[in-house]
Amino acid sequence: MDKKSLLKLFISTFYLSAFTFGGGYVIVTLMRKKFVDEYHWIDEDEMLDLVAIAQSAPGAIAVNGAIAVGYKLSGVIGVIVSVIGTILPPFMIITVVSLFYEAFRSNLYISLMLEGMQAGVAAVIGSVVYEMASGIVKEKNILYIIIMIASFIAAYFLNINVIYIIIVCLLIGLIQGRVSK
Amino acid sequence: MIYLELFLSFLQIGAFSFGGGYACLPLIQKQVVDVHQWLTMGELTDLITISQMTPGPIAVNSATFVGEKIAGVPGGVAATLGCILPSLILVSIIAYFYLKYRHLDFLQRILKTLRPAVVAMIASSGLTILLSALFGDVIIFSNLKIYMLIIFGVCLVSLMKYKMNPIMVMLLAGVLNLVYNMVI
Repeated sequence: MDKKSLLKLFISTFYLSAFTFGGGYVIVTLMRKKFVDEYHWIDEDEMLDLVAIAQSAPGAIAVNGAIAVGYKLSGVIGVIVSVIGTILPPFMIITVVSLFYEAFRSNLYISLMLEGMQAGVAAVIGSVVYEMASGIVKEKNILYIIIMIASFIAAYFLNINVIYIIIVCLLIGLIQGRVSK
Repeated sequence: MIYLELFLSFLQIGAFSFGGGYACLPLIQKQVVDVHQWLTMGELTDLITISQMTPGPIAVNSATFVGEKIAGVPGGVAATLGCILPSLILVSIIAYFYLKYRHLDFLQRILKTLRPAVVAMIASSGLTILLSALFGDVIIFSNLKIYMLIIFGVCLVSLMKYKMNPIMVMLLAGVLNLVYNMVI
């Protein structure tokens, strides 16, 4: 990739990251629009696979998507450019927010707003969990349901470190993947 | 050294949060609230609220916020770098092999087994947040704030039945609490 295209990559990832509210999947969809439909840098099928890669690795989908696209377009230099473009906007915005957070929080009205919003956050997480869990139940695979219940007990009641739960499930997946192959 | 501690904590968060979105929440709670006490549960919930209303992934927002609260802008940089380093390495490696061999089925199969666990762990964090909203710090029945329970119910119905935008729902919850406390 020449310098002009790298600049274009930086501006696109910066722009997408700065104006995308609503999580990783939204930004990945917009990336597809930009890089597949608008710039024709990546073809449709390949983009789907890059999204799958972004989902396969741990970490934020938006960041992973930027890395996968950057790597595909221009190797390591592409990764560096697209990652900086992606994390700079949230970094700057949160820096500004945290400067004002204390003053913000000590204001009575705002602190009451934030307190009420805790119930809102719990509801948002509740509905996300409901949607994800019913998707899993619909697959009618008894193993998945057992994993789900056991993980909840381990995380909430037994207070087991989530890292161990993830490692155990990765191992189960590894064995399961071999068997069903 | 605090920078190293921030870096390593967020390295773990980055390395083990599979599935995007709220999947990082249980790990952040563990590292930031339980292990290091950098934030209280209430502050973490504020952070999630802020993350919802600003662009950017929750993990990156948290790294910046926690890092800067504990050790200024360099702290924010250290935590953010820790948070994205595992992604940088792993996604580049997978992309390299993919572009060379084009084979992803195996990874996809493993992930399918991981997904139910991720849902369960998000549920666990969500429940902690809910109980902290309803009871405050000590969970005994006499501490239960009935109006919070009602606000929670209203939000849940707005989200699930009327498919309201999550940001709007959270603002609604804030306004309801404000009005309740101003009037009573």
